[in-house]
Amino acid sequence: MSDYTQYGTGAPLVDEKAPAGPVADRWDTRRFEAKLVNPANRRKHTVIVVGTGLAGGSAGATLAEQGYHVVQFCFQDSPRRAHSVAAQGGINAAKNYRNDGDSVHRLFYDTVKGGDFRARESNVHRLAQISVEIIDQCVAQGVPFAREYGGLLDNRSFGGVQVSRTFYARGQTGQQLLLGAYQALTRQIAAGNVELHARTEMLDLIVVDGRARGIVARDLVTGEIDTYFADAVVLASGGYGNVFHLSTNAMNSNATAVWRAHRRGAYFANPCFTQIHPTCIPRTGDHQSKLTLMSESLRNDGRIWVPKAKRDERPAGEIPEDERDYYLERIYPAFGNLVPRDIASRAAKNVCDEGRGVGPGGQGVYLDFADAIARLGKAKVEEKYGNLFDMYAQITAENPYETPMRIYPAVHYTMGGLWVDYDLQTTVPGLFAIGEANFSDHGANRLGASALMQGLADGYFVLPSTINDYLARNPHTDDVDATHPDVAAAVAETEDRINLLLSIDGDRTPDSFHREIGELMWEFCGMSRTEEGLRKALGRLPRIREEFWRRIKVPGTGEQFNQSLEKANRIVDYLELAELMCLDALHRAESCGGHFREESQTPEGEAARRDEEFSYVAAWEFPGTGGAPVLHKEDLVFEYVHPTQRSYA
Amino acid sequence: MKLTLRVWRQPHAEAPGAMATYEVDGISPNMSFLEMLDTLNEELVLDGDEPVAFDHDCREGICGACSLVINGDAHGPEPTTTCQLHMRSFQDGQTIDVEPWRAAAFPVVKDLVVDRSAFDRIIQSGGYISAPTGTAPDAHATPVPKPDADFAFEHAECIGCGACVAACPNGSAMLFTSAKVNHLNVLPQGAPERETRVLDMVAAMDEEGFGGCTLAGECATACPKGIPLPSIAAMNKEWLRATRKVRR
Repeated sequence: MSDYTQYGTGAPLVDEKAPAGPVADRWDTRRFEAKLVNPANRRKHTVIVVGTGLAGGSAGATLAEQGYHVVQFCFQDSPRRAHSVAAQGGINAAKNYRNDGDSVHRLFYDTVKGGDFRARESNVHRLAQISVEIIDQCVAQGVPFAREYGGLLDNRSFGGVQVSRTFYARGQTGQQLLLGAYQALTRQIAAGNVELHARTEMLDLIVVDGRARGIVARDLVTGEIDTYFADAVVLASGGYGNVFHLSTNAMNSNATAVWRAHRRGAYFANPCFTQIHPTCIPRTGDHQSKLTLMSESLRNDGRIWVPKAKRDERPAGEIPEDERDYYLERIYPAFGNLVPRDIASRAAKNVCDEGRGVGPGGQGVYLDFADAIARLGKAKVEEKYGNLFDMYAQITAENPYETPMRIYPAVHYTMGGLWVDYDLQTTVPGLFAIGEANFSDHGANRLGASALMQGLADGYFVLPSTINDYLARNPHTDDVDATHPDVAAAVAETEDRINLLLSIDGDRTPDSFHREIGELMWEFCGMSRTEEGLRKALGRLPRIREEFWRRIKVPGTGEQFNQSLEKANRIVDYLELAELMCLDALHRAESCGGHFREESQTPEGEAARRDEEFSYVAAWEFPGTGGAPVLHKEDLVFEYVHPTQRSYA
Repeated sequence: MKLTLRVWRQPHAEAPGAMATYEVDGISPNMSFLEMLDTLNEELVLDGDEPVAFDHDCREGICGACSLVINGDAHGPEPTTTCQLHMRSFQDGQTIDVEPWRAAAFPVVKDLVVDRSAFDRIIQSGGYISAPTGTAPDAHATPVPKPDADFAFEHAECIGCGACVAACPNGSAMLFTSAKVNHLNVLPQGAPERETRVLDMVAAMDEEGFGGCTLAGECATACPKGIPLPSIAAMNKEWLRATRKVRR
């Protein structure tokens, strides 16, 4: 059993692309130092972009506007369906339109602190600087943000901060921003600058002479496996929350692109940093296929509580005020219901573990709008949150205007991802990772309304500047095609895996394995983790993998539209990634942000960081099948925001 | 709950299709319609049969992937997407017909999955504002009156699912096209391309083989996002205005 808890230690990792000097000047410095590609030469370069969410859509559009030839992929039937579409609450920007003391430096500070001091200062500062340009860009594209009667943009505040810097479009901000990026991408498709392959899924990365040169992808309609070549490859394939089976991710969001890249040499950073979102609709039974988020913005006006007494089964309306425990307001008087997500989630788990949870199974807490409705009126509450209330009523058949919502935490976002330098380049030259697929900006916990900001910052502004440097230093060559031995080998491996999945003809469905992995990960690598639990999970995962390859059943053939095959192939990668997540969680014996190790907590039960030992990024190298992963540490240096124990009390 | 399902099965675009009958048992009223189909598919896989193919992704009613005609209604009996439809809307023992979107411009890919790329091509013809990255002025440089911003948002809510086309007796895409035209044409940022946008998008819509509009109104009834029927009238007005004004 101890075999799977072993790892090797490799050379330290250094981000060589971030310039020295004052943090506020580094992005300008880097953009000046980066080489440029002559506009006339850009059309000779092909760039592959995998994914069409906020990061991929905006990157594809912008690279094409600059004159590159872009070949873009999405597994959905249209780029407009990428899961960024489901983000509800908003997007942060340090515009200080409210004159409430906000600034680029404050957004930088809040993000470093909110991430519990496990993100790079250089990257986060750049993100805060770019945030203001994103809003300008989106407004110019026609994104219909909420406005006030004077015609200017409205803002709201969001979890973990005390200023109003979040721009929003009712509860559908992600949809509106994604449609903006989709429309910009679409314009480039019409212009012939982007070649789009919808319903096509990346199954492997092609690396030739140490450089990323293309991908292996499967046409999901015909089943054909094909190769695509380029001068650089950009992964914008999102996060890996679906390892947990039940999450707020879309059903088809998956880890295959990033995991296959990892197997080809890209280091995977901080895989155990996953975000559990505090406000999701509780599950109703074993049939549950996914969980639905209720935007964190609801915490601006909703009050979270549970009964003071254990197993109090009275309906919410019959529990008098003095028998209710508004526990976030009680424990964290300064931030109240607006504490960061990791803290709100853990507090909900604690009160439910005490037996004070509400609803079926006691796995829920109330989010109550009675005070807000009394203060603002039902019409105002409906204007702010109407679509969220409707969604809640549709799913639960309960009316949240009359009875409090029931919520419970669920897996929502992964801060970990492929390791990238300041240029967003992975450890494989020519392979870039943007958006949720990389690890770079959120540390151990992401603040609300920052995912949209990061996805668009990477896609519209960062990557289109930094990728020039790589392409300028690596002029276009035509030396790689399908006959190259490394390419043929990658294709053969992919075909072998598909054929093996189809040939086993066992007695268990892909879903049954997905559920088993998910339950194991939620129990041992979820909201709270222990050495004992992680060792148990690391012992069980290889046995599940062995059983998978013996008992999986995938009907049909590979030469057709085959959704069971797609699912089974993704589970192959979850099985390996889950192991690395547990190993990372086991090695990081401190608590930080969303990673809570029960052995490392303050007397008040908060996450206790151990900076002397763990102030680093854990970047894991793939050792070859069956080997022990190799850990490379990138030390984190804090020159501007000094690590303190986070306090929201 | 115990149900009888009659489901459209078609191996691929060129093959003929037919309705197949299945019995499902142990269905909870709290399940979504797609979770009920998941249950059926788990049984089919264990029996060595091919599961029923259907498009789905976010299961939150926002990505627009799910697309089933249920008992003759696009997205079924409730004014929502198929993924947000729950089994509590059905009776124990009921027979339910499940079909794909039916429209000439949306050919079947397999079973309940159709090809909606015609929608993408309509957007490609002009459903955007030409604002390359980096060219934008400050976001507050151009105030937008709140009623206009709200009007734009209400049309921008379209999720591109295609229920409007599936519900229309003519297979028309007028509601989808008008939603995007109205979203962008009302905004000051969309003004420079106002005329070409509506003319090009309407022409693209016609080229894709969608039917004409006879104001039957089924589209707006089926729309899970409540895009209103007057949206079509607003686009017609834009189109007439553009034909008089445009200098080509």
